[in-house]
Amino acid sequence: MSYSQTIHLHYERLVLTGEVDLHNSPQVRKQLLAILKNGCSVLVDFSELSYIDSSGIATLVEAFNVAKNNQLTLTIIAAAGAPLQVLELTNLNKVFPMVSSLDDIRE
Amino acid sequence: MLSRLKQMIEKMGKSAVDSIESAGRLAVFLGYTLSRLWLFRFPLQEVIKHLQFIGARTVPLILVSGLFTGMVIALQFYDTLIRFGSVELLGAAVAMSLIRELGPVMAALMVIARVGSATCAEIGIMRNEQQFDALDCMAIDSYHYVILPRLIAGIISVPLLTAMFDVFGIGGGYVVGVLIHGVSEGAYLIGMADTIVWNDVWMGIVKSTIFGLLILWICMAKGFFLHIEQKFSGAEGVSNATTQAVVLSALLMLFVDYIVSSLML
Amino acid sequence: MTSVTQDIIEVKNLVSHYGERQILRNVDFSVKKGEIRVIMGGSGSGKSTLLNHMLALLKPTSGSIKIDQLNILTANRKELSKLRQKMGVAFQGGALFSSMTVGENIKLPLKHHTELDDNTIDIMTRLKLELMNLAGFENLMPSELSGGMLKRAGLARAVIMDPKLLFFDEPSAGLDPVTAVELDELILKLRDAMNMTIVVVTHELESAFKIADKITVLFDGEVVMTGTVDEIKQSSDERIQNLINRRPRNDVVDAEQYIQRLTAGQN
Repeated sequence: MSYSQTIHLHYERLVLTGEVDLHNSPQVRKQLLAILKNGCSVLVDFSELSYIDSSGIATLVEAFNVAKNNQLTLTIIAAAGAPLQVLELTNLNKVFPMVSSLDDIRE
Repeated sequence: MLSRLKQMIEKMGKSAVDSIESAGRLAVFLGYTLSRLWLFRFPLQEVIKHLQFIGARTVPLILVSGLFTGMVIALQFYDTLIRFGSVELLGAAVAMSLIRELGPVMAALMVIARVGSATCAEIGIMRNEQQFDALDCMAIDSYHYVILPRLIAGIISVPLLTAMFDVFGIGGGYVVGVLIHGVSEGAYLIGMADTIVWNDVWMGIVKSTIFGLLILWICMAKGFFLHIEQKFSGAEGVSNATTQAVVLSALLMLFVDYIVSSLML
Repeated sequence: MTSVTQDIIEVKNLVSHYGERQILRNVDFSVKKGEIRVIMGGSGSGKSTLLNHMLALLKPTSGSIKIDQLNILTANRKELSKLRQKMGVAFQGGALFSSMTVGENIKLPLKHHTELDDNTIDIMTRLKLELMNLAGFENLMPSELSGGMLKRAGLARAVIMDPKLLFFDEPSAGLDPVTAVELDELILKLRDAMNMTIVVVTHELESAFKIADKITVLFDGEVVMTGTVDEIKQSSDERIQNLINRRPRNDVVDAEQYIQRLTAGQN
């Protein structure tokens, strides 16, 4: 897994590439919590993501909760394929704000 | 007639082979368990958890049994010593027999009754319910995670429990000797202090440490190998294994007691 | 070979004994990635023994077993441990540890094998409990759960590490029909969403027909047939038909042997 971080409007956009699993999800967690601690809302871009395991999902849940408690948002972009199925299995597609592409993000 | 004889010999041979096999299993079990000390990290958390069960929760039983044991041996010694007019030796006699012999043996018997039987049944039920299989499948080492912590807790607890037994026994002796039969307090306490040497205490510690190891080892192994050694699984297997564990550990304990005494005296 | 058709389990010529008695006779068995395979057979057919061999809990007399390219009969402790972290096993009765809460039980593999943060582990545990319809049971002791709940909690523990390969022993045995159906659906969902390969050992036909991609029928330690649900249903093999129609074994009565069995030891 690798990730890149860019700024989109007033959001921090975190693009996850490859597979998020037990070994690298702590990295994602550190990154997400750091962004939220800086008071920034976050877009998690799934478009390059091929697989996410439940530790990755749990990380997103934790970050989402932190965001909510700080009046920030966590939005998932372009979830498809296996990662989408995992979100659906756990019914989290009904919890996280999800948009299909970056273009749907407005100020 | 001849076939009866043949059957009998076959049976004897089989039970001999079984006993040797069982002894071998016990040895391997201990070896595997101890090898986990350097194969893995020290299981500190689990040891503390089991110190609570094996040690702390056995204290009340030890205190009560220690007290009564001390009282009854003081009574017996008093009755004997008064015939020779030497009741001032009471403290020494009570303390000596407790610290060298009765303390370790009685405390170990109490631990077998309370902890050994329960541990054997617990491990046996874990075996029955496939919990050890589950640990294997989760790549968690049963010897390291389940067996070793209990063994270490036993080795630490039993000497400490024995020390408490000794103290309460001496207290019980004081009640009977000094308070009830009027032996002088000075004679009881000073006689004791003058007679007991470090070697006596050391013998008690060595014995009780070995007993701690022995009890937990035998009782856990009997539960652990339930599926191999017992004819029946289920409740009957657990109850048979527990009986065997209690009897075997008590007998081995007395045997080892004699060996250690004869080596150290 | 492409990864789609690769065999994740390859059992060849497996022979196994219990004491003097032969349990498995030259069993060949292979499962492809992403498949749901049901091993079916009556009691005494050797299905549990086959499972225990694949879990490396028992050593066979001869034969070979490869799981995810690893020969588990010759593998060392480290290799086996690594493989086992990619494998989940749900036992018949759950096999939960009675001294720990349900939640602690489910977390156990994560606590042991990963460096994940406690928050992450807690959420993962609750996600799996939700999935198994056990939300809110986290702090109960196993002794407070019913048989069906124990089974589901055992399944939650088996999948906590998101294994590639899941073994499930008798999912529906001893459950009421509704709970059994729920479990079957869960098995299908797990395969679809998490792309697991699942091997189920059962004697329940209905459940087998519902979930299986392929069924392997064992009888007296031999593989009678491996095929899709339809192939099994249409098989002309009498033993399979007996199993399907729940006919008892109809052995021919040998009068001489029968009377000998009944009067054994008498003159």
